[in-house]
Amino acid sequence: MTVAQAPSTLQRILDYSSRADPYPLYAELRGRPVARQEDGGYVVSTYREISTLLHDPHLSSDAHSLEDPGPALAEFGDPPAFIGLDPPRHDRLRRMAMRHFGPPHSPTLIDDMRPDLTAIVTGLIENLAGRDQIDVVDDFAYPFPVTVICHLLGVPREDEPRFHRWVEAIVALLDFDPAKDPQERLREGVQARKDLRHYLAELLRSRRGRPPGDDLLSRLASDEGPDGRMTDEEIVSTANLLLIAGHETTVNLITNGVLTLLRHPEVLERLRREPEMIIRTVEELLRYEPPVHIIPWRAAYSDLTVAGVTIPKGSRITLMLASGNRDPAYFRDPDRFDPDRRDNRHLGFGSGIHLCFGAPLARLETQIALNGLVRHLKNPRLVADPPPYRQSAVLRGPRHLLVRQG
Amino acid sequence: MSSEQSLKAFRRDGRIVIVGASLAGLRAAEALRDEGFTGALTLIGDEACEPYDRPPLSKQVLTGWVPADGTALPRRREIGAEWLLGVAASGLDLAGKRVRLADGREIPYDRLLITTGVRARSWPDEAEAALDGVFVVRTRDDSGRLRERLDAGPGRVLVIGAGFAGSEIASVCRERGIPVTVAEVAEAPLVGALGSMIGSIAADLQRAHGVDLRCGVRVTRLEGDGRVRRAHFSDGDAIDAEVVVVALGGVRNTEWLRDSGLAADRWGVACDSGCRAFDINGLVTDDVFVAGDVARCPHPVYEYRFLSLEHWANAVEQAQVAAHNMVSPPTDRWPHLSMPTFWSMQFGVNIKSVGVPVMADEIAVTQGSVEERRFVAAYGYRGRVIAAVSFDNAKWLDHYRQLIETAAPFPPSCPTPDRPADMKPVPADFPDPVVITHGATVLVTGHEPSERRVAFVRPGPLKPQEKRS
Repeated sequence: MTVAQAPSTLQRILDYSSRADPYPLYAELRGRPVARQEDGGYVVSTYREISTLLHDPHLSSDAHSLEDPGPALAEFGDPPAFIGLDPPRHDRLRRMAMRHFGPPHSPTLIDDMRPDLTAIVTGLIENLAGRDQIDVVDDFAYPFPVTVICHLLGVPREDEPRFHRWVEAIVALLDFDPAKDPQERLREGVQARKDLRHYLAELLRSRRGRPPGDDLLSRLASDEGPDGRMTDEEIVSTANLLLIAGHETTVNLITNGVLTLLRHPEVLERLRREPEMIIRTVEELLRYEPPVHIIPWRAAYSDLTVAGVTIPKGSRITLMLASGNRDPAYFRDPDRFDPDRRDNRHLGFGSGIHLCFGAPLARLETQIALNGLVRHLKNPRLVADPPPYRQSAVLRGPRHLLVRQG
Repeated sequence: MSSEQSLKAFRRDGRIVIVGASLAGLRAAEALRDEGFTGALTLIGDEACEPYDRPPLSKQVLTGWVPADGTALPRRREIGAEWLLGVAASGLDLAGKRVRLADGREIPYDRLLITTGVRARSWPDEAEAALDGVFVVRTRDDSGRLRERLDAGPGRVLVIGAGFAGSEIASVCRERGIPVTVAEVAEAPLVGALGSMIGSIAADLQRAHGVDLRCGVRVTRLEGDGRVRRAHFSDGDAIDAEVVVVALGGVRNTEWLRDSGLAADRWGVACDSGCRAFDINGLVTDDVFVAGDVARCPHPVYEYRFLSLEHWANAVEQAQVAAHNMVSPPTDRWPHLSMPTFWSMQFGVNIKSVGVPVMADEIAVTQGSVEERRFVAAYGYRGRVIAAVSFDNAKWLDHYRQLIETAAPFPPSCPTPDRPADMKPVPADFPDPVVITHGATVLVTGHEPSERRVAFVRPGPLKPQEKRS
């Protein structure tokens, strides 16, 4: 006689039927902050334990540190971008990329983008005028960050239909879609990564021999900083990472933002009167409905102990960021959306050395996008609540968000 | 009236006076209002300007990136306080519950918070200290004036003292292409705070950036004709310098408390971990609290030793604890237990520490590469981790804070991916603390338990370049 095993809490979270509201399942997970899974992996779901691990130098981001890397090795390509590396290689590549993105070498880059970002948002909003119904995702939250990241990297915007397919397949590598054969998903993902790398390598080649432009690809190709220059392979890996991250996450943050504001009309009204409140509102969004719910794996480089549980070297560790953000042991009244929350140290961008590279840009994009939209939408109503979600439990967000106005 | 009722009445319309209107004072005032205190709040400060931030004064203000008057502290909330600025407190009447001001006024209080901080130790020879071109850097006026002088492109700057402030100022000079000599009485820069291993790395860092670093020497004389021209060293050498920056640490502003009956001396105002001041006999007071650089407070993790910390984060956290305890019942008191943290930016390197390195007997590099000047080192004391320092690796320090708080064994054993070439512990090698805190501070009088009391021994004037703590 065989007994069908009841699915674990994690499996139920990954199941598509939980996508609209995984939060009760996260609460269930937090009953055991560090839980060993049947496959030998560990799931960590409480704020302090996640935060502790993200600052623990024994936690590795390199798939080679896993006893059984499985498809993880395929996720970040070869050579991996800095997100899939440990110090010192991680530090060197991230530092070299940061030279062209933020302080101390490019302290004003993001802030200087403000007029351009506003212009793009204004343009998209003008297209919405007079329409009874819009799709926040397709009409606004997707095209905006894609346009921005293309411009920043120096990738032609008109190529978007080409690389969008590849990006979807690569992102699917992170995921657990039971409807799809894992081998086939892996094959598609690996092929897509090859195609995207090839595309970016071609772009990079076309930059050579021309005077360096303003875009990141050109700057990386011509950089002569204290760490020397990235190899072409490294530049392609970095561009690959930024292109994917830059357009698969902000779309969720903006869409989750619109959805949350429509569910909290009193906050939306306040935002119309006090646009400066957007800064705190976006921070609270990053806690309440973060764009990245799960860090699918990190590896124990040595044996490590957290919350009294010893995780053996080589184990796979899954960090439930969105669950940590709702941990009542850390956040008071965590299921309340409260932009006035003080000291909001959310895990929306992760923490530690792998803290989201693009965080300052994502913040500014979302602030401008949401403030623009709430000012211009007339009497907006959700057509469906909950809206249909994307497949991914990791990069969680609505696939469409239909809103009626007027 | 029950104590509960009287606390309620005090929270509603009591009088709180804060002496010292800088970081700790301002943050405490904000925290008092956050806690729901609605009574009268008075802030007294000897500087005429509103509270400002000091870390930029030895960095961004001197490079010219931030104007000296662009350093005002951001306000976290309205505090509805009466500000008495530009007037120093000159005395305290504990029994009468009054603060005396230098202009003769007396300000009554129900509860008092002392946040008078630290001032720069000046050059001991008054005539030499008065020479044009001789600076200290503590206030924003100091920093603004020094910046103007650096703008003029002096032929050489002499920095006396290679602690954090002196090293940062030397770093700014090099960044601005100004020749600089650093004179340090100890064997290396930063050695008093971080020990000799880190000191020798800091020395290499300075020399690699073109600093003329002279260790183990004293400056014996500054020479000038109204303007400073030349400095003489204890090894017989002398150099020409147009600007001299005296960076010999701080002096705690406790003179105004000398006859108050509080345990206030050159090491600060002693208090319990709830920020309540001790009187001279070591008895805890109920209505007088201390926070920030001037406080001296026992830390249970460090064997209940009294720590005086001149750290930005300590001022903020201690102010919050003090404010809470000032308006809360005795059953709801918080201890100030946060781990000391400190950061510095010099010669392109972010140096950050957590814990109390000076107590350590050993140090071991645990992550990264000393050669590349990016690493973390842990400090051990009797087999446990008590502190850590990072060079361009600050994001790991939270981990080391937890090691300290959980009394983790030293040296930490498990390997990390970024493994240093040599992880063997070496002696921490700090200058003898006896040199720093020599001499008796108090004498006990009386015989019966009911009559035994304590009196201060008045410390003599400090000798030139005496080691600071």
